[in-house]
Amino acid sequence: MRAARLRAGLKRRYAREGRFRLYGLLAIGVAVGFLLLLLGRIIEQGHTAFYTHTVTVPVYMDPARVDRAYPQGTNFELLVAEQQLARMGVADDAQGTKAAAMRSLFSSELKFAAAARIQGNPNLVGQTVPIAAPVSDDADLYFKHEISRATPADQRRLSDEQISWLDRMKASGLVATHFNSGLFTKGDSTEPELAGVLGAVVGSALMLVVTALIAIPLGVGAALYLEEFAPRGRITDLIEVNINNLAAVPSIIYGLLGLALFINWMHLPRASPLVGGLVLALMALPTIIIATRSSLKAVPPSIREAALAMGASKTQTVFQHTLPLAMPGVMTGAIISMAHALGETAPLLLIGMVSFIPGIPHSLGEPTGALPSLVYIWENASERAFHERTAAAILVLLAFMIVMNAAAIFLRRRFERRW
Amino acid sequence: MTWLFLPILIAAAVAAYVGGRALARRRGRSLPAGERSHSRPGQHGAYALIWTVVPALVVLMGASVFSPNIERQLTASGAPEAVQQLEPFRREAFFADARAVGAGRPAVQIWPAPYAELLPTEGQRASRIGQMLDLGAIVGAALAALLGALFVFGQIRPGMRARNRVEGWIVGLLFACSAVAVLTTVGIIASLVYDSLRFFSTVPLAEFLFGTQWSPQTAIRADQVGSTGAFGALPLFVGTFLIMLIAMAVAAPVGLFSAIYLSEYAGPIFRATVKPVLEILAGVPTVVYGFFAALTVGPAFREFFNGLGALMVGGPLDGLGQYLMLVQNQMALVAGAVMGIMLIPFVSSLSDDIINAVPQSLRDGSYAMGATKSETVKRVLLPAALPGVAGAMLLAMSRAIGETMIVTMAAGLAARLTLNPLDTVTTVTVQIVTLLTGDQEFNSPKTLSAFGLGLTLFLVTLVLNIVAQRIVQTYRQQYD
Repeated sequence: MRAARLRAGLKRRYAREGRFRLYGLLAIGVAVGFLLLLLGRIIEQGHTAFYTHTVTVPVYMDPARVDRAYPQGTNFELLVAEQQLARMGVADDAQGTKAAAMRSLFSSELKFAAAARIQGNPNLVGQTVPIAAPVSDDADLYFKHEISRATPADQRRLSDEQISWLDRMKASGLVATHFNSGLFTKGDSTEPELAGVLGAVVGSALMLVVTALIAIPLGVGAALYLEEFAPRGRITDLIEVNINNLAAVPSIIYGLLGLALFINWMHLPRASPLVGGLVLALMALPTIIIATRSSLKAVPPSIREAALAMGASKTQTVFQHTLPLAMPGVMTGAIISMAHALGETAPLLLIGMVSFIPGIPHSLGEPTGALPSLVYIWENASERAFHERTAAAILVLLAFMIVMNAAAIFLRRRFERRW
Repeated sequence: MTWLFLPILIAAAVAAYVGGRALARRRGRSLPAGERSHSRPGQHGAYALIWTVVPALVVLMGASVFSPNIERQLTASGAPEAVQQLEPFRREAFFADARAVGAGRPAVQIWPAPYAELLPTEGQRASRIGQMLDLGAIVGAALAALLGALFVFGQIRPGMRARNRVEGWIVGLLFACSAVAVLTTVGIIASLVYDSLRFFSTVPLAEFLFGTQWSPQTAIRADQVGSTGAFGALPLFVGTFLIMLIAMAVAAPVGLFSAIYLSEYAGPIFRATVKPVLEILAGVPTVVYGFFAALTVGPAFREFFNGLGALMVGGPLDGLGQYLMLVQNQMALVAGAVMGIMLIPFVSSLSDDIINAVPQSLRDGSYAMGATKSETVKRVLLPAALPGVAGAMLLAMSRAIGETMIVTMAAGLAARLTLNPLDTVTTVTVQIVTLLTGDQEFNSPKTLSAFGLGLTLFLVTLVLNIVAQRIVQTYRQQYD
């Protein structure tokens, strides 16, 4: 009787044990599942941005409309649209609505490409020249099956007629699919098909250089002082508490500090890599200090004692023995905090990196974008073609972070010693 | 300032080091046999380097602080009568354009008769003054370096404790590095408090903290400053709190259970694969979570609730169904849930540390009494680790409150006083970003209110962090 009750109780307890274990597994499953979902969705949304479509049209450089001396003045887009319509045998109405509809299928790059050809060789006027340019963002989305005929015509950005033109151009071999190199070689643009991440990548890189040059020496210095030299006392305790709290201050507060201190008070240029780097350096400082201190702590005291016993001074001991031995840990911590700084967005928005900045920055003092703020800007853009590019920019950002973290892991594996 | 000083400074530093070293060697030779100089020649060289570079740097820094003011006064005082009569603001603009014209670039503004002719000559004069000042700074720095070098070269002798002095400077430098951390805090507090005080001089503190109307956009016009109820931040606090609660409802159980599983049940291989995954989750930038929330989770949740509502319409829950059909993308639930996912690795790694800190003897005692693993976790480990876990949760809350990008991209802008997770709410951080990312003049109460919000956010997270760190620390000491 009692044994039976005990057995029943045991069964219940084991069932409870199994359920508890299952909850744990479920929790991990949720975390891992979300990571996979997150990455999967971003790859799914972003992979289409890595290829694009270019249309190559034969353009008759009509001497009546193209000025040899000033080809930029010609409305090439309209010229090309009209010629293309004529070639397809479509008659335009008096208002030129069909030409306008055709024209909106080409990117404005067409104009610059054609003008550049004439500038390079004015004798081309009067001849027929093939000109290649990206298709417009909507046409690109159609070729990528993001816009489909199945959607009712008033809910999509392309009319039935435009879609049939695109189909005919594709069938006649004018449209080519290829790797979207512009994504990596151009700066930001208001037109999705011409927008690239290079400006933001360069901006982020400049910023990270500033951050690393400031935060790493300062952080290592501060950690050396606190760990090796500081007398135990009130001031040291205060600094320690301070650093622990700084590490937990929300990043947007650093943005407010940067805005008030660097921009409004010191009048450094808004949205520049200099200010961004300074703000990120202040943010990265506490993490670097904490990481450096823990790797200094890991160096066994016997090493210090041996050096001191050989007559080395405190400073010599630290700089010639402790710090070199702690260096792998220091570099690992520094790289991880740089990777973190690379992804930080909120403070950058406050120091002005929300505005549209075309082109590629050349110096620390001019306004620039950064990869994470570009993600924010593109996500807010109304054109649908920016969505895939946002995801692509995220993939670029993640790729950089993966490289940095892999470098950190490599350093840790390769050089870290355990005593 | 021109960058000319950099090569000069480096050259001076190298010269001082080499010179100091050579001098120390030569003077060391005069010592009687058997005696040795206290410090090595290189240490004397380093000492000479410090005394050459530091005075020069002090002069250069002083010049960069004071020279803009001096330059402004010099250019203004030497200017013709007409220019001097301009208002200070206009005068600045005039000289900016004058410099541009002097350098061959076009002027920004169109200047009327007397000024237009003055532009080129004044531009040349102004740039000459600027060059003179730059040159003066460089010459001053060179003089300072020379004086320092003369002083230090006179001091070099075998008995001088150059090494100790250099090491003193090094320790001082290291101390200065750690002082930067303190200065950062001072800077944060000073900038937040200064602008907040200016804000609270137009809007009373009580109205800010307890007012229920938040519409800073209406206060753009000067005659509306502090108009009734425009800066009541209570809806923002409630919205922040609501999103934080939702995030914690996701992150606390998932994070805690994964930590328990990882530390108590998982084998070494499982742990070695799952931990890096959690680290990746922790390393994903928040802007990526924001993108995910705005374009994937938001639409999915809306479709779900709209579909659910469509099922209910016409039934006994018709009212609720009607409401659910109108739910929008930007609901508190979306931002909260995604923020919860972001916090999972944070909670999990903190709890993992804390559970691992519980001594093995407690577990062994429990097992010896016949308890199962889950009973040990529930009745022994968790009660023992409770303070630490509570501290970890507080830290996670502080993270959730200060998180910006997810809410900026996925929560709305409408300041509503509601606790309904399906409604659109806004948070303190969202408002700071929206208030400060337009092109508006800096001194309006609208932009200053962002600093008031920032100060509130800073104080709340600071208190949470300090309390949490205290708890975790005392907890750790308990088992040390």
